[in-house]
Amino acid sequence: MIRLPFRQLLARPATWAALALRAESTTAAAPEPEKVEVFIDGKQVLVNPGTTILQAAAQVGIDIPRFCYHDRLSIAGNCRMCLVEVERSPKPVAACAMPVMKGWKVRTDSDMTRKAREGVMEFLLVNHPLDCPICDQGGECDLQDQSMTFGSDKGRFTDIKYTGKRAVEDKNIGPLVKTIMTRCIQCTRCVRFGSEVAGIEVLGTPGRGNDMQIGTYVEKLFASELSGNVIDLCPVGALTSKPYAFTARPWELRRVESIDVMDAIGSNIVVNTRTGEVMRILPRVNEEVNEEWISDKTRFAYDGLARQRLTEPMMKDESGALKPCDWEEGLFKVAEKLQTVKEGETAAIVGGMVDSEALICLKDLVNKVGGETVCTEEAFPLEGAGTDLRANYVLGSSIVGVEEADLVVFIGTNPRYEAPIFNARVRKAYVHNELRVAVVGTPVDLTYEYDHLGGDAGTLSRLVDGSHPFCATMKASKRPVVVVGSAALQGAGGAGVHAGAVALAASLRASSGCGDGWSVFNVLHRVASQVGALDLGYTPGAAAIRARQPKLLLMLGADEGAVTRTDLPADCFVVYQGHHGDRGAEMADVVLPGGAYTEKTATYVNTEGRPQVAQAALTPPGFAREDWKVLRALSEVAGVTLPYDTAADVRRRLADVAPAFARPEQVEGAGFFAQAAELAKGAPAPAGELRPPQVALKDFYMTDAVSRASRTMAKCVKAAQDDEKSMWKGV
Amino acid sequence: MMASRLQRVSSLMMRQVQQQVRGFHQTSAVASSQLFVHRDDDVDEPFDFTPETLKKAEAVISIYPKGFQASAVIPVLDLAQRQHGWLPISAMHKVAELLKMPRIRVYEVATFYTMFNRKPVGKYFVQVCTNTPCLLCGGDNLLEGVSAKLGIKVGEMTKDKMFSLSEVECLGACVNAPMMMVNDDYYVSTRTQ
Repeated sequence: MIRLPFRQLLARPATWAALALRAESTTAAAPEPEKVEVFIDGKQVLVNPGTTILQAAAQVGIDIPRFCYHDRLSIAGNCRMCLVEVERSPKPVAACAMPVMKGWKVRTDSDMTRKAREGVMEFLLVNHPLDCPICDQGGECDLQDQSMTFGSDKGRFTDIKYTGKRAVEDKNIGPLVKTIMTRCIQCTRCVRFGSEVAGIEVLGTPGRGNDMQIGTYVEKLFASELSGNVIDLCPVGALTSKPYAFTARPWELRRVESIDVMDAIGSNIVVNTRTGEVMRILPRVNEEVNEEWISDKTRFAYDGLARQRLTEPMMKDESGALKPCDWEEGLFKVAEKLQTVKEGETAAIVGGMVDSEALICLKDLVNKVGGETVCTEEAFPLEGAGTDLRANYVLGSSIVGVEEADLVVFIGTNPRYEAPIFNARVRKAYVHNELRVAVVGTPVDLTYEYDHLGGDAGTLSRLVDGSHPFCATMKASKRPVVVVGSAALQGAGGAGVHAGAVALAASLRASSGCGDGWSVFNVLHRVASQVGALDLGYTPGAAAIRARQPKLLLMLGADEGAVTRTDLPADCFVVYQGHHGDRGAEMADVVLPGGAYTEKTATYVNTEGRPQVAQAALTPPGFAREDWKVLRALSEVAGVTLPYDTAADVRRRLADVAPAFARPEQVEGAGFFAQAAELAKGAPAPAGELRPPQVALKDFYMTDAVSRASRTMAKCVKAAQDDEKSMWKGV
Repeated sequence: MMASRLQRVSSLMMRQVQQQVRGFHQTSAVASSQLFVHRDDDVDEPFDFTPETLKKAEAVISIYPKGFQASAVIPVLDLAQRQHGWLPISAMHKVAELLKMPRIRVYEVATFYTMFNRKPVGKYFVQVCTNTPCLLCGGDNLLEGVSAKLGIKVGEMTKDKMFSLSEVECLGACVNAPMMMVNDDYYVSTRTQ
């Protein structure tokens, strides 16, 4: 099985060694190789053999200009911008592709190097249009910056009258990435991203020589859930963002570090705003979470934040229609209900994008008025250890942990669409570490090859009792990971699937001898608030509400329709607090407007159990307010004042309830695996088909209140549907 | 005398070179859209490997180690072209399928090599060399002659689909320049009449 381009395999002798070693152990530390001494601009540096000049230079803080080289992609060596002088070499060498040799003296600022760079720059600019004033990359363009720094101060290109510059036709690769191919310098970063990271081989380099162009040859959608990343990768303005086109300049933008809530990964993002509007969302590097990629939903669903918003409190009038009111009316109405409803008849349900601060405020408020029914929309089986043991509901092996794994078993999930960043990480491990992947559930395209073990949950029993043909392979694994999708845990069959997966994890733990530091059983959640809610003691699933038949229901961002009017008694008073007029607000008697994830400084716990803090980039629109403040105000009006006044107080309260919150950015090691396995034994046998809700690309884009309100996402769904009917369908 | 001959040759060369000169960017701008973006619906052009071609293809594939079957892409594309006469996109797709490689990687190869004809060609595919040695011996005259005789320009096909004409780079028969190639056969030391 060849997973890397051949040339790249050859360039990485370590891979062959790893292949040979793998049978013995993946954990054995390789002997420390002897360091090679080189001199970069006279500075001595000791590096491992095989290090390139460019990497060695980076170690002593010398930045060599480059266009085609990228840390996370294979080396192409085709832009020639990184040419440097090596002593006793007659010609300059490409620093990105040349491994250092002992005693080399590299000069990155000599006359030869500078002349080489000037020459490369001049050639690149001959075929590059002078349209910087109308180019969206302007201000953050590598070509612009490097031509200022390293280019010649004058050009010799005077042939504008006769033939003009090269002109290349623009390609239509979908509603997200705008192409202006004349600007392309053919660094092939996007092509390499497609084939290596995204696993979608659609972009390529048809043609040759001066006529070579980056493109798809046939008109085709770049059908990837990670396609937006090529915009960041493109060093020039050839690939830019379609929704962001001509809207802002980089120097006008205010950048705020934030956390994404479109899935449970908690990708680190930078929200770029101008004049009170989100202009675009870019990734922020976090090696442990999203490296530097984000999914298209994370990047492009922001236009949904400006649509369908709840901007003022609303109350139902006599006719049953929601009419705007002021905060005072709304709060007093809800407070009155809180005071009059009998103890225990108040319930709350929260949706998938709620921050932990609001979660704790809501729970404390409901508890203060005697209610115990605080639920999440997303269900989780409560049989066995349920949510008592954290190891039962987090992705304990961590996202970065799959890079150490040698076997991943996915159960009832399609990580490609439920957690694209996690899938990219699994793909990375698949490509570079010979990771073996197996799937129980509906077969889906994960962009890499896997063993399909069976479509129904009964397969789990066969895997545990050893009657499945895959068991022999499984037993050989030293670092196994079992990942259950939260979708498989919904409904009546959830307990069986959970118990089956726990049993499988326990048997793998026994056969692999991986030790207590390694978490075999993992849950991949789909929504950002779930782990936080479970940490804070929420009851998963709306069943408790249906059973309790509350007279007052507080819905916090609950838009997935887990509870409908028909589930509730006729005289139940429903309060919806949230940011979008979606399914939840539709059934409410009172609507209280809250802030979206870009509008509040808030903590989110991702599927690994990693609490991360998002900073507020904007203020909530209209009369909307941060959710925890609304709940705090409500508690005061209702006479059950919550004992915290500032965000810092709320966070202290969070840490009191769940200690993980005291250590933001950290993943707490899970434990009590044996106990969880023991407790799971009483559960029913796993049965039923395991079909993840998102199977095809068109299912990926619109999954929550924000993305459902986004026009860009709607266009993507349309494009994905059209692509399925395209005559060029297929890779 | 020597000098005057040299002068004559060089002035002849200059004239011919001027005739042949191509702007560095002029052609690409025109040619690129035609060449490297696919527009025709020849996805419907029926193509499937015949058992004989498939057998040959498998022989080629067997040369390469297991898992490296994609290395056979050039010979297999050639086999497909020989079977069909030219290389429709449906044939590229079949090749991709046979070699278990992404289609774009096949498109890349098929567009890189000019000897893959991605447009239909006539029964007789005439390729005239106009590189320096052939040019000095009258390659351009040969090209003009063929063009006039067939009544087509470079890159075109006769209406009866019998002949196609193409201007090519060196085919490695400079010793008998000027030369041209009709299908697989070389015609060397040609003279225009």
